[in-house]
Amino acid sequence: MSALELRGAAARIAGRTIWQDVSVTVERGQLVAVLGPNGAGKSTLVRAVLGLQPLGAGSATVLGRGPGEANDRIGYLPQRRSFDEDTRIRGVDLVRLGLDGARWGVPLPGPRSRAAAARVAEVIRLVDATAYAERPIGELSGGEQQRLLIAQALARRPELLLLDEPLDSLDLPNQVGVAALVRRICTEENVAVLLVAHDVNPIIGYLDGVIYFAGGTAVEGKPEDIVSTETLTALYGVPVEVLHASDGRLVVVGAPDMHGHHAHD
Amino acid sequence: MLTTSVFTGLSWNPVTDVRALLTFPFMQHALAAGTIVAVMAGVVGWFMVLRRQTFAGHTLSVTAFTGASAAGLAGIPVIAGYFGVCSLGALALAAAAGTRRGLSTESAATGSVGALALALGYLFVSLYHGLLNGLSSLLFGTFLGITSTQVLVLLAVAALTVALVALAARPLLFASVDPDIARAGGVPVQLLGFGFLLVLGLSVAETSQITGALLVFALLVMPAAAAQRLTARPFLGVVLSVSIALTVTWLGLALAYFSIYPVGFYVTSLSFAVYVLARLRR
Repeated sequence: MSALELRGAAARIAGRTIWQDVSVTVERGQLVAVLGPNGAGKSTLVRAVLGLQPLGAGSATVLGRGPGEANDRIGYLPQRRSFDEDTRIRGVDLVRLGLDGARWGVPLPGPRSRAAAARVAEVIRLVDATAYAERPIGELSGGEQQRLLIAQALARRPELLLLDEPLDSLDLPNQVGVAALVRRICTEENVAVLLVAHDVNPIIGYLDGVIYFAGGTAVEGKPEDIVSTETLTALYGVPVEVLHASDGRLVVVGAPDMHGHHAHD
Repeated sequence: MLTTSVFTGLSWNPVTDVRALLTFPFMQHALAAGTIVAVMAGVVGWFMVLRRQTFAGHTLSVTAFTGASAAGLAGIPVIAGYFGVCSLGALALAAAAGTRRGLSTESAATGSVGALALALGYLFVSLYHGLLNGLSSLLFGTFLGITSTQVLVLLAVAALTVALVALAARPLLFASVDPDIARAGGVPVQLLGFGFLLVLGLSVAETSQITGALLVFALLVMPAAAAQRLTARPFLGVVLSVSIALTVTWLGLALAYFSIYPVGFYVTSLSFAVYVLARLRR
C-alpha cells in the first residue's frame, strides 16, 4: 500500500482551478520534495492530503483511506510557525502536546504517563534537541524551534509526515542540518515524507523524488529528471533553462515566476 | 506611632491575632470566600495570561461593575448582576473574536465593549442614587457582609469553572500556544476559545466579590504573570499561581482586618510586589 496516491486529481478554490491532472505516488520510507513557484498550489496539495481542501476531480488515497480519514496517522508541520520570545512553555511540553494534547482531562501519574514521557524523550533525542528541550520555546533559535516542531509532529509515530516549508526562514547551515535530519527520520522510522520547499539546492542530495507544480499541473519523478531544462520547459509551456552553477547549485532561468529555485530575492 | 494608628486591633502576638481573625463569622466568611476566589483566579488567570487575554479580562471586570450597578437598580442580588452581565460581556467578546479579522480589530472591539459597559454602569449608578454609598466597594472591593449563602454560591461557581478548565486542560493549552497544529490534530480551537471567555467571565464576576470590579487584576493577572516568569512548566506554573493568589488574599484580608485601609489595596499591593520580584529575578 502506498502512503499517498493521487489519480487525475484537481483542486479548485472559489471556482478557480489551482491544478489538475495530477497523478503522484509516494511510498513509505520515501522523501519527496514538493517544488514550484509561489501560488502554484504546493500548500494546496498538503491541504488536500489532510482533507481540508476537497478535490474538484480525480481520486486520492491517503494511507489506504480517503483524505481526512487518516489524519491521526499523519504528522503535520504547517508553514512559517515560530514562537514569540515571551512564550513561557518548554520545548518538551510542546512536543508532549503533539502526543496527547487533544486528550481531555488531566494526565495522572501512572504507566501511561511514563510511557508518554519516554516517547517524548525518544523523539527529542531523534532530532538532537535534548540539550535545549527543557528551555522555554520562545528563547530558542529558529533552527532549534524547527527541530522541536518536527519532534512534535513525530510524537505519535505517524506513517506520513507533511512538512510545509520547514526550511523557510532558516540560515543555510540549518537548512542543510534539518534536511539531513528529515532524511534520517524518513529512513529510520520508515515514514513517508512530503517536504514542501522553496529552494531545491539544500535538499537535493537527500531526495527520493520530486513533485513539481507549475502551469496548473504537476509532474513527479527523480530529482535530476524533473529539475531539468526539458521537463520544466514542457511544464511551464515557455522556454526555461536549468543551469548547473560551478558550486553544484541548480539555477532555474526564465520561469514565469522567478521565485523558482533561486535564493530568496 | 504610625503602626499603632493604622493597625488598630493588632496585639503583635501571632496566636492571639490569628484567633481574633477567626472569631467572627463575617471574617470566617471572608476568609472562606477569599480562599475559593484565589484558587479559581490562580487557575483561570494562568490560562488567561498564557492566551494574552488580559485585556479581555479587564473589559469583563468593567462589565462586572455594570452588572453590580444594574442589579442595584433592578433590586436583585448584586451577585446575580455580576454573573449575569459578565456572561453577557463574555458572549459579546466571543462574538467580536469570532469574526477573526485579526488582533487589532479584536482589541478595538474589546475596548468598545468595555467603554459601553462602563458608561452603562455609570448610568445605572446615577439612576439609583441609593447605590452611590456602595460605589467604592463595588469598584474596589470589600470583605464585609459576605453571607454563608454567598460563600456557597462562590464555591459552586468556582468548582464548576476549575472543573471545566481541568477537563479541557491539555486541549486548551494546545489551542493557546499552537492553534494551527491543535486544529489539525482535531482540537476544537474556536469552541475552546469561546468556552474559555465564558469561564473567564464567571471568574471575573466571582473575583469582583472580593477585590471589586477594578482590582480583579490583583488576583487574576499578577499571580499568574509572576508564576509564568518563575517557571515555564505548565503544571508547576498553575500550582505556583494558585499559591501566590492564596498567600496575597490571606495576608490582605488579615491586614485589612487589623487596619484602617481597604482590602483591595492590600491584596493589590502584595500581588504587585510579588510580580515585581518575579520580574526582577535573574
